[in-house]
Amino acid sequence: MLSLDQIRRLADLARLELTEAQAAAMQQELNGILALVDQMAAIDTEGVEPMSHPQAAMQRLREDRVSESDQRADFQAIAPQVEDGLYLVPKVIE
Amino acid sequence: MHRATLKELCARLAARSLSSVELTRHFLDRIEGVGKPLNAFITVDREKSLAQAKAADARIAKGEAAPLTGVPVAHKDLFCAKGWRTTCGSKILANFVAPYDAHVIEQFDRAGAVLLGKTNMDEFAMGSSNENSAYGPARNPWDTAAVPGGSSGGSAAAVAAGLAPAATGTDTGGSIRQPASFVGVSGLRPTYGRVSRYGMVAFASSLDQGGALARTAEDLALVLDVMAGFDARDSTSVDRPKDDYVGGLTAGVRGLRIGLARQYFTADLSEDVATPIVGAIEELKRLGATVVEVDLPNQHLAVPVYYVLAPAEASSNLSRYDGVRYGNRAAEYTDLGDMYRRTRAEGFGAEVKRRILIGTYVLSHGYYDAYYLKAQKIRRLIARDFTEAFKACDVIMGPASPCVAYDIGDKTSDCVQMYLDDIYTVPINLAGLPGMSIPCGFGHKGRPVGLQIVGNYFDEARMLSVAHAFQQATDWHTRTPPAFS
Repeated sequence: MLSLDQIRRLADLARLELTEAQAAAMQQELNGILALVDQMAAIDTEGVEPMSHPQAAMQRLREDRVSESDQRADFQAIAPQVEDGLYLVPKVIE
Repeated sequence: MHRATLKELCARLAARSLSSVELTRHFLDRIEGVGKPLNAFITVDREKSLAQAKAADARIAKGEAAPLTGVPVAHKDLFCAKGWRTTCGSKILANFVAPYDAHVIEQFDRAGAVLLGKTNMDEFAMGSSNENSAYGPARNPWDTAAVPGGSSGGSAAAVAAGLAPAATGTDTGGSIRQPASFVGVSGLRPTYGRVSRYGMVAFASSLDQGGALARTAEDLALVLDVMAGFDARDSTSVDRPKDDYVGGLTAGVRGLRIGLARQYFTADLSEDVATPIVGAIEELKRLGATVVEVDLPNQHLAVPVYYVLAPAEASSNLSRYDGVRYGNRAAEYTDLGDMYRRTRAEGFGAEVKRRILIGTYVLSHGYYDAYYLKAQKIRRLIARDFTEAFKACDVIMGPASPCVAYDIGDKTSDCVQMYLDDIYTVPINLAGLPGMSIPCGFGHKGRPVGLQIVGNYFDEARMLSVAHAFQQATDWHTRTPPAFS
């Protein structure tokens, strides 16, 4: 069972602000989901190779040549805050 | 003309008895007129669509038309289309105008199809009812009190109500098949890797696959022929030639071995759904198919496994929404950390937050082995069940959903109950197999029921031919919601 403190810790890791009421609701819902998920524990998976992907394909390699054109202006145009071709964020180092 | 199939529309366009501009205008009028209460679209842009239609007419006049030239197709609002707002059903992307085209959009462009608009969906494709859209729920044309299913609910509602002849969708855990079943249209989720994910907003990358919804299997064959194909920009795109989906339609079902999983027909399946499914299988037997029982012993674990793996992948994929490079940023904040936390708190809805937190938990130090790794191992067991089953049969059939469409608000109080309804669809995503849903009757309150057809890897042509044979012999796919006929 996840405690309210664990919920707050997860929210912090996921960079999500939660109000007290939201955290309490989330605690109940997440514990409900984990109760469903806990069915897995009873299954014997000894020696089973984990399946991360439907096709166990190897990563394709391509020739080392330029494939993308410069689209900096297009990408900057949709950013919340930019200046001189840079993305602006609140000051990190005083 | 909104009741015509894609195939019929293509023929009329090619014969020039109908122009793309007329056709596009007709659908746009329906979207903004009779279709308005369905809330099936998030973005419509008459000017852009009509400009494409005009170009298509010119191409037809020059004799350079491809099979779908001039046909309007709606796209789920998670396919990036250059210059079009692409919201993914989320507030965080409310103002996001895509700077590039998804591979799927490029393919339709090349074919000369007209982009009719962007359809409503559960936020980031997380949901089975469309109630998780930040733009309000789409509604079911058979009864506007009911959900259209999800997450491709807007696409499903649009096709069922004759607001579009076909629409794209994506299917991570059933998001094409379940809404197709809820609104009585045909839906196809291809094999993982068949359709490029490039430019498709990511939810759970090892499960996501683009596909389509249309009125008939024949129309789905036409659409898949456009969508499918190798794309080097998606590292999971499979470099393998397309089959002849249209040419293969008439293969018939004589000698077809239909696998019926004993795990599919249990007490959890409501009787009003079971009856039409059994009737459809009887019909296929009359047409020459045979039935074999198959065993899928790990089916019941698919929902728990899915609700570990999908949130894990989602929590990672959605970390990109940070208010820095694109998407909305909170209006007020104190420092960088606060900016992230507020931007994401304001931008994401409750279901997305739930899944991000579950995903963060199962991937966190100390829990990874018990949840994430364990789920990946059981995923292998579920996939193996299918490999075994397909040694004895050609397709597996069953329901797409344990119940018909329910009313808006009926299931929102218990997310786990809604997750459990995904029992018939998620195993296919975990294995990476292709699946379809086609209409096969009506259940409770006269709401549609869908027959799910699961094929072996890359066996879309066979699945489409089976669905086509069924639709040649029955008329369920021609039934239309009375208010939108």
